[in-house]
Amino acid sequence: MVVIGPLRPAAVLAKQAASIDAISGGRLVLGLSIGARHDDYQTLEIDHRARGSVLTEHLVAIREHWEDGKLGPRTIRAAGPVVLVGGSSGEAFARMARYGDGYVHGGGPPRAFAGAAARARAAWVDAGRPGRPQLWGQGYFALGEGAAVPGAAFLRDYYAFTGPFAEKIAASNLTNPRAVVDFVRGYEEAGCDELVLFPTVAAVDELDLLADVLA
Amino acid sequence: VRIVVLGGGPAGLYFSLLAKKAQPAHRITVVERNPSDATYGWGVVFSEEALGALRDADRETFDEITDTFAKWTAIDVRYRGDKVRSRGHAFSAISRKRLLSILQGRCAELGVELSFEREVADLTKLGQADLVVGADGVNSLVRRTSEDVFKPSLDSHRTKFAWFGADLVFNAFTFIFRETEHGLFQVHGYPVDGSTSTFIVECAEPVWRRAGLDRATEQESLAFCQKLFASDLQGHSLLSNRSIWMSFITLRCETWHHGNTVLLGDAAHTAHFTIGSGTKLAMEDAISLAEALERKAGDLEAALTDYEMERQPLVERFQQAALESAAYFEGVSRYASFDPVQFAFNLLTRSGRITHLELQRRDPDFVGRVDGWFSARARDGGSGDGAQWLVAPPPMFAPFEMKGVTAPNRVVLSPPGEDEAVDGVPGSGNADQLAEAVRAGAGVVLTELVAVSPDGRITPGSAGLWREEHGQAWAGILEQVRTVGQAILALQLGHAGRRGSTRPRRQGIDRPLREEGWPLMSASAIPYAPTGRVPKEMDRADMDHVKERFVRSARMAALAGFDLLELNFAHGYLPASFISPLSNRRTDAFGGGLDNRMRFPLEILDAVRAIWPEDRPLAVSLSVSDWVRGGLELDEGVSAARLVKDRGCDLVQVQGGQSTLGASPVYGRMFLATSSDRVRNEAGVPTLVGGNVTTRDEINTLLAAGRADLCVLSVLDRPAGP
Repeated sequence: MVVIGPLRPAAVLAKQAASIDAISGGRLVLGLSIGARHDDYQTLEIDHRARGSVLTEHLVAIREHWEDGKLGPRTIRAAGPVVLVGGSSGEAFARMARYGDGYVHGGGPPRAFAGAAARARAAWVDAGRPGRPQLWGQGYFALGEGAAVPGAAFLRDYYAFTGPFAEKIAASNLTNPRAVVDFVRGYEEAGCDELVLFPTVAAVDELDLLADVLA
Repeated sequence: VRIVVLGGGPAGLYFSLLAKKAQPAHRITVVERNPSDATYGWGVVFSEEALGALRDADRETFDEITDTFAKWTAIDVRYRGDKVRSRGHAFSAISRKRLLSILQGRCAELGVELSFEREVADLTKLGQADLVVGADGVNSLVRRTSEDVFKPSLDSHRTKFAWFGADLVFNAFTFIFRETEHGLFQVHGYPVDGSTSTFIVECAEPVWRRAGLDRATEQESLAFCQKLFASDLQGHSLLSNRSIWMSFITLRCETWHHGNTVLLGDAAHTAHFTIGSGTKLAMEDAISLAEALERKAGDLEAALTDYEMERQPLVERFQQAALESAAYFEGVSRYASFDPVQFAFNLLTRSGRITHLELQRRDPDFVGRVDGWFSARARDGGSGDGAQWLVAPPPMFAPFEMKGVTAPNRVVLSPPGEDEAVDGVPGSGNADQLAEAVRAGAGVVLTELVAVSPDGRITPGSAGLWREEHGQAWAGILEQVRTVGQAILALQLGHAGRRGSTRPRRQGIDRPLREEGWPLMSASAIPYAPTGRVPKEMDRADMDHVKERFVRSARMAALAGFDLLELNFAHGYLPASFISPLSNRRTDAFGGGLDNRMRFPLEILDAVRAIWPEDRPLAVSLSVSDWVRGGLELDEGVSAARLVKDRGCDLVQVQGGQSTLGASPVYGRMFLATSSDRVRNEAGVPTLVGGNVTTRDEINTLLAAGRADLCVLSVLDRPAGP
């Protein structure tokens, strides 16, 4: 859901995003962050220590490309697609308030989102930025019969690089209707504008089950 | 299931008895290196909230514990010969010895195997176990054995304390402050049973050295404290129980479990003793772990993950409050000039958990007295105790007087502007925003940064005040706004410096203009953003020119009718670029040490002060910390505040960060409050502070505690347009 900004040249990212924006009729929302995986940076031989400042430069350059309109198709909005910025450090929140249209949270219980949302708002006001930040959250679910175990296994595997933290992510998978409803309500109360829920097993009926729960 | 618990303190014993009670088939052994009746310190304290969980977990021990409880509801603050009492706080305490003996008894009754005086140096010698519980305290062997997984961090605090007992019974949680020739000493005292009290003596490390306590024996230290607090002890004696001077260590761990081992209580985390929660947290850990093992029976990893996920966030919140509390006691000497009632309110609200509103609930009389004292002082500078003010408004509605100007209340609103000005002329957007802020009830309404010159603008749409036409436009706006309501109307005057020449702020700030931009200047030739224009390093002529611009604009501001003028020396704009060592690399008289870096901003202040009407206040918005390594630190920021105060600044708006792109602010609640507290009470100048202040309760608490004089309420704009 979130692109690791520093792994691509800014111009490439700007052009790709402008293209998707054009073919989707302006429906693209671009999330950018520094990611949590060391090995991504190693593989591409990109300096991991400079990831924050590279993302900052990218955020400026991408928007300039869109506004100038010389690279790729014209974006639907003159200012380009909505840009969300992620991260949890003070520097990341400041970067979001400086260059983003909003904040995208990395996941966790509603209480964690509420804390991050408060920091995002605080950073926005501190920057003296007019308007308000959009706030996006995300979560994982597995509602089908017998889906809980493979769902947790998938998360454990996907987040293995976080070490012991993977267990906590696996344990927070939403595996029953009650958990989904509480989660959604908690995010709503914390002021979440858009919440993205990802199925953790590859089954289309997960979407129907989710729709039923939220109906 | 075979469980070995290392450590026979409250955490280990309580967990063992709960786990055994839930599953009598478990084989549980507690291994403790000390004899069964050995303990350090005197009593442990529980608040009301902590007790419900103990009752639900095990009624038998709860009844026994509460039977022997010392209970009280008051907190006394003894300070400068006065005693201020606040009621309505439900506390209970028990002696550590008694608590351990109750828990040991219950363990034995349930069939937990207790093994005392058994020293373990190597976990592999413990024998086979399905679960190893590390309840072995802050020096935990279990934790040290797998440090690479638990990833502990240990921070030592800067005060020294000794945990004495006393053979008298306090009838309140008692804080005593005693000034000596060596510095300030304080006592944290509370009853533990019918005949003794805990009596913790604490002081700053330098004070402790000056008093010679670094060389004193246990007996000499006891004699020293006994003499120092003789009047409070009223003929009673201090008691020692291995009561040696220590520095508290705050411990955090990234993870609390690993394979079949898990950490509990002080082995996993500590919270500074000044909020008295160590034992409470440890026993709550025990409850949570025992429940998780039941809930996830047969899946140890899931159970330990559950336990950690439940407890870690709660503990972190307590640790945060404990750090606030510890910081209060470390810096308490800065409040030495407070009146006793404010001193007490500040102490009670130190950790952020108790606020004006919460105190109002617990003890309305006390808060009435605080509000009365605050109002009396705000209205006539009175220093009475406020008893005569039966009907006082909360602090946010007390007026604030600066020079001849009085703000009707303490709340400041500062709308961000819309970048709609044309050629610097403020437009209807500015007028509407300011009028709306007055209508909303603010006592002070502060403009966005208004530029002293065209090249001092942030964006092409920034409002300015450099032509007669601008002055007339502002005068018109003020006239219009004054018809809406009463408020102090304040102009924030500044020069963007190297943060100028940027695109409109709706789509982001600090995005440089390209061809259509203008040349920038700053203390040194370092661009603000990596892709931004390089500013010119200012020479003497540039400085004189900018200074003259500030003076001209200030004259126009006075003429236009602004009540208060604020000079912006913050956030990396032009004057601030001199103050931060990150943006000022000059080698002349304007670079180097703080006095040199402050030279040009102070020249501006002096020049403006000279022409700004005597009967109107002059404020400075000052970044007191860069929040980045190698940048301005708060200590220096406080010195900078002292300098502007000495040059006639009446009010400092405390700011931080934004000096560089790399700043890493901690955007918590009221994140500038600590800075404001230090500036106000160390530099001795009234402060205005914002920084994620979002509720009335936060404002009332900050004001009544003497941490600020005016507060900016953080409000987000209406939803952005398409």
